[in-house]
Parts: sequence; structure tokens; C-alpha cells
Amino acid sequence: MEITARGLWTLLHGMGFGALYLLACSGALIEIYRFTTSSAPIGETAREERLLKHYLVAMVVLAWAAVLTGAYVIYPWYRAGPPAGAKDLALFPQQLLMSSRSTSGWHSLGMEWKEHIAWFAPISITMVAFVFFKYGRDLKNHKQLRAGILAFVLASFVSAGVAGFFGAMLDKYAPVQGGQTIQLSNGEAK
Amino acid sequence: MLAAGIGSFVLAIIAFAADKSAPVKIGLNFYKPTGPLSGVTTVAIVVWFLAWGFLEWRWGKRAVAMSRITRVSLALLFLSILLTFPPIIDLL
Repeated sequence: MEITARGLWTLLHGMGFGALYLLACSGALIEIYRFTTSSAPIGETAREERLLKHYLVAMVVLAWAAVLTGAYVIYPWYRAGPPAGAKDLALFPQQLLMSSRSTSGWHSLGMEWKEHIAWFAPISITMVAFVFFKYGRDLKNHKQLRAGILAFVLASFVSAGVAGFFGAMLDKYAPVQGGQTIQLSNGEAK
Repeated sequence: MLAAGIGSFVLAIIAFAADKSAPVKIGLNFYKPTGPLSGVTTVAIVVWFLAWGFLEWRWGKRAVAMSRITRVSLALLFLSILLTFPPIIDLL
């Protein structure tokens, strides 16, 4: 069982940072709502507030890690142009997708949308974390602000979801491959 | 929140401009392997931080009309999502 270095980076970007971020979004939505509408005494919620702050910081790190590895590590491999006269486009995913009418939409719609919409996730969640750090439990008294940050978490979830969906489909039709091969385990001979 | 809306909207506007104008696209090529995406996102993030700092300085300790600010921020974010959708860019 082996994986290429580029495949490993793609796995880390999509499954490590992106998927984990998507999973965390539903937790953030529910916890922010619950925490800022709860009538529990202040003492009981101090620990919960600390936990939620750590949770949001982890989400901020995941979101930025996902877009930065995507844009500066994987995307250059994806958009690299082949040398003149190259017939095998397996190492040039964008060109491979554009070479057929049945797959070109995955680039012209999928990647073109994904490469921009993905950035709304870290921008939104960074703002949400900042507001939560600033107001904490006091968000209970600011209904408009609370509704606003919940809407931004939802928008961040949708943005990351769109990026994740197209990322998975692009990887299915034209995976980013190449680089050093990493041996994960030795398979048994049949 | 408004700064996040502004940053997202600026990202969408610059991405749209880069799609429609070749000189803008070339000018945004800050990091060649990533192409114009590097410039689009770098400029948007700089604008976002500047807007954030400015608004925090002006409104940080003042009571502001949160209802209107929330509506404007969400409208900017919604428009940004629409403006990055390729079929809509092609229509404009």
C-alpha cells in the first residue's frame, strides 16, 4: 500500500483540515446557540465558555490550514501546464479535465467556484471567534449580534461544503498525483 | 462582522474583475505557481484587516445600530457567494 507525496498533501488538505472543519461547523452552531441562550448560573458556564473558545480557535486554525494548503501547496500542482506535445495528462489535472467535454465542467464550474468560495469559511469563522472572545456570555444580551454570527457560521459551513464537494469530485476525475512515493505497508502476494 | 462582509465582498469583486480583465488578472499574479488567486485573496485579506482595524477603532467602544450592520454584513456575504458562482459571472 503506497501513496504519493502529492496524494498525501491532498488527503491532509481535504480529509484532515477540510472534513474536520465541516464536522466542527454543526457543533459550533449548536454550542454557540445553546451557550448564548442558556439560563445556567455564570459559575457553571465559565468552563463551557473556555471550552467553546478553544473549539473556535481550533476551527479557525483548521479553516486557514485548509485554504492555505489548498491555494499554495495543491493548487500549483493542479494548474501546472504540461510540456509542449505531452500526450499523458495524468500529472496535469486541470489540463486533463479540460481535454474532454464530459469533464471540463468540473474545472470551469467546480474549481472556479471552489477556489474563491472556500475563503469565506476562514474569514467568517475568524470573525465569529473574535466576537465570541470579545462578548462571551454577554452575547445573550445582543440578539442581533448573536443572530449575525450564527448566520456567518452557517455561511461558513455552506462555503466549506461547496469547496469540499467539488474538491472530492475533482479528486475523483483528475486526482493530483506525483512526487515521491511513500510506502505505507507491504501487501501480501496473491 | 461588517469587516468580514466587506472582505468577502472585495474578494468576490476582485475575482470578478480578474475574470473579465486580462491586465487585472496579470497584475494579481503575486505568486506565479498559484496564479491570480494569490493576488485576489491577498488583496481581499489586506482590505478585510484594514476594515476590521478601522471599524474597531471607530466603533469598538460605541453603541452602534447592530440590526442594520448585521443586515448589511449578511447581504455583502450573500452577494459575495453569488458573485463567485461561475454561471453568474458569465452572465454579467
